[in-house]
Amino acid sequence: MPANTLATLHPGDIAIIVSIHAEEALHQRLLALGFRTGKQIEVIRKASFSGPLQVRIGTTDVMLRTSEAGKIKVSRP
Amino acid sequence: MKRIALLGMPNTGKSTFFNRMTGGSARVGNWPGITVELLSGKILLGSDMVEIIDLPGIYDLHGFSDDEQVVRHFLHDNVPDLALVIINATQIERQMSLLLQLKQLNMNLVVLLNMSDEAKKYGITIDVGKMTAMLGMPIFLLSGKYGNGYGEALQAITKALRYPTPGMAEQLRSQLEQDEHIANEMARVMKHAVQIPARLPDNLTERLDHLMLHPVLGLPIFFGIMYLLFQAIFLFGQPLQFGIAELFTWLRESALEPALSGLPLAMQGLLLDGIYNGVATVAAFVPIIILFFLFMAIIEDSGYLSRAAFLMDALMAKLGLDGRGFVMLLMGFGCNVPALMGTRVMRSRAMRLLTMLVIPFSLCSARLQVFVFITAALFSPRAAPLVLFSLYLFSFATAILTALLFKNKFKNNEPFVLELPPYRFPTARQMVLRGWLEVTHFLRRATQFIIAGVVLVWFLTHVPFSAVPASADTLSGMIGAWLHPLFSPVGITPELTIALIFGFVAKEIVIGSLAVIYGMSGDALGGALAHQIDWVQAYSFMLFTLIYTPCLSTIATLRSESKDKWFTTFSIFWSLGLAWLISFAFYQCARLLGY
Repeated sequence: MPANTLATLHPGDIAIIVSIHAEEALHQRLLALGFRTGKQIEVIRKASFSGPLQVRIGTTDVMLRTSEAGKIKVSRP
Repeated sequence: MKRIALLGMPNTGKSTFFNRMTGGSARVGNWPGITVELLSGKILLGSDMVEIIDLPGIYDLHGFSDDEQVVRHFLHDNVPDLALVIINATQIERQMSLLLQLKQLNMNLVVLLNMSDEAKKYGITIDVGKMTAMLGMPIFLLSGKYGNGYGEALQAITKALRYPTPGMAEQLRSQLEQDEHIANEMARVMKHAVQIPARLPDNLTERLDHLMLHPVLGLPIFFGIMYLLFQAIFLFGQPLQFGIAELFTWLRESALEPALSGLPLAMQGLLLDGIYNGVATVAAFVPIIILFFLFMAIIEDSGYLSRAAFLMDALMAKLGLDGRGFVMLLMGFGCNVPALMGTRVMRSRAMRLLTMLVIPFSLCSARLQVFVFITAALFSPRAAPLVLFSLYLFSFATAILTALLFKNKFKNNEPFVLELPPYRFPTARQMVLRGWLEVTHFLRRATQFIIAGVVLVWFLTHVPFSAVPASADTLSGMIGAWLHPLFSPVGITPELTIALIFGFVAKEIVIGSLAVIYGMSGDALGGALAHQIDWVQAYSFMLFTLIYTPCLSTIATLRSESKDKWFTTFSIFWSLGLAWLISFAFYQCARLLGY
């Protein structure tokens, strides 16, 4: 079960958050939006021109750039 | 007086609830972080007056954003008698963390689970009784949109206010310890009191997003929606506008002129050609403004703005901005001032300044009014909507150009993480309330400037009284002649130059001052303009009006938000210079091509 980052996933992929390696402020914001270790996360779609990702955690939809998604380690079950 | 603080995450319907309680004075919008100022209202609860304060929506009590600090400071300095926590029931899973943080502050809390109607549709069941028992605080289900559960909640609030005001916990325990504790308690409550289906049922938002956020079709759909919107404003607004203008002319000819005929000529002129013509010309735009804000309110409250941020982020990133900056630009189409204030959600100062530098290029409703008038006068009904749309494209182009030129001066690496709320169709009540607020705001602003502005224009164009009004011998003629070397290369006449000077104060008075300068209003003024200038000059004038400084309020807001007078000065001179250059390039090229 290799650990990837969220940025490498494709639309439709479902994974589990392993760890978040972001600076304090971003980490805090991700926590508040529901990004926690062990949570299931689903990639809904990616915007064209390598734009942001739309991901779903529980019932919340969040968009974030690939640079931020790269800071979130996930594992595919 | 007892004090109630409204608390919750962004996008929970807090402002809607606040409006309902206080009878409406806060903005309502389906956009995270729209409440940027502290709004408060006084209402009668039971037998006492209480003050309700609408705090900014926050995700976290320990966060670092401006809004989070505002809330922390507010709670610390003004311990409320009651904190009313509004939670979006469809997202209870994660919103509970804020509630548990608040619980640790030992405050008097009442919890409202809002959007319970939507939660039911998602298949989320919440056992309110069990949750109340577990958390030890009153909890109610509410549908702010339809007003269900509202009475019950009010009763509970009135009852809770009878308890003594609690003290604030002396020292907040270390953050880590709290978060550990919160995670455990959240899991416990979720397990026993809330049921969420494993996979959400396929709902409307999902299907709409499939189309609206389509990798290929998304952007064309977005621009299509915008285009149709402006077409619709023009199509529905113009007949209304002409109707009102005719009504004002009729009133003048049949009632005012006979009534005032006893007054001295100069006085008649000031009252009729000055104030009445100026005000009548602006009043004719009210239907278009109402339509504009009604459509904007629908788009803003529907949740589509966040989708626009998603679609445009890739492009905005190349400009050193992000998707939120694009949404601020769109909000600037209504009025630049709230859009500038909306940049407070950005933490990086460089990105905030760059966004504030581009927002004034948004074609706001006051400028729209100038363009609608001039395009109607100088262009055929078929061409007019296209001309208007081209001005919107210029608005974007100047914003993009400015961002590209200065992005290296304002380098930043602000993270872009934003919630995508489900689509909501605003209720008629919400739309009317919102439209009404915007229109009264516009009229208040407009009347402040218009009366003073048109009187001043009248004096400039009539003093000395011996000269022919608005001729070269009057004060305005002298100013126009003095600035002529600067404005003749861009095709702008001395009369239009005077209007531009007044437009610096507020664009709302540009057409009003033209009415005074020409001593005519409505159709007659349009005819006079069409007679004096051709379409190339008119378009050059519109380009200049679009690009130079929007108004004094915008400058004041730039100054107070940036807290930097050099930045403000730079913004003014940049827009003036760019306005002249672009008008110059357009005018000279068009003439060279033989138009």
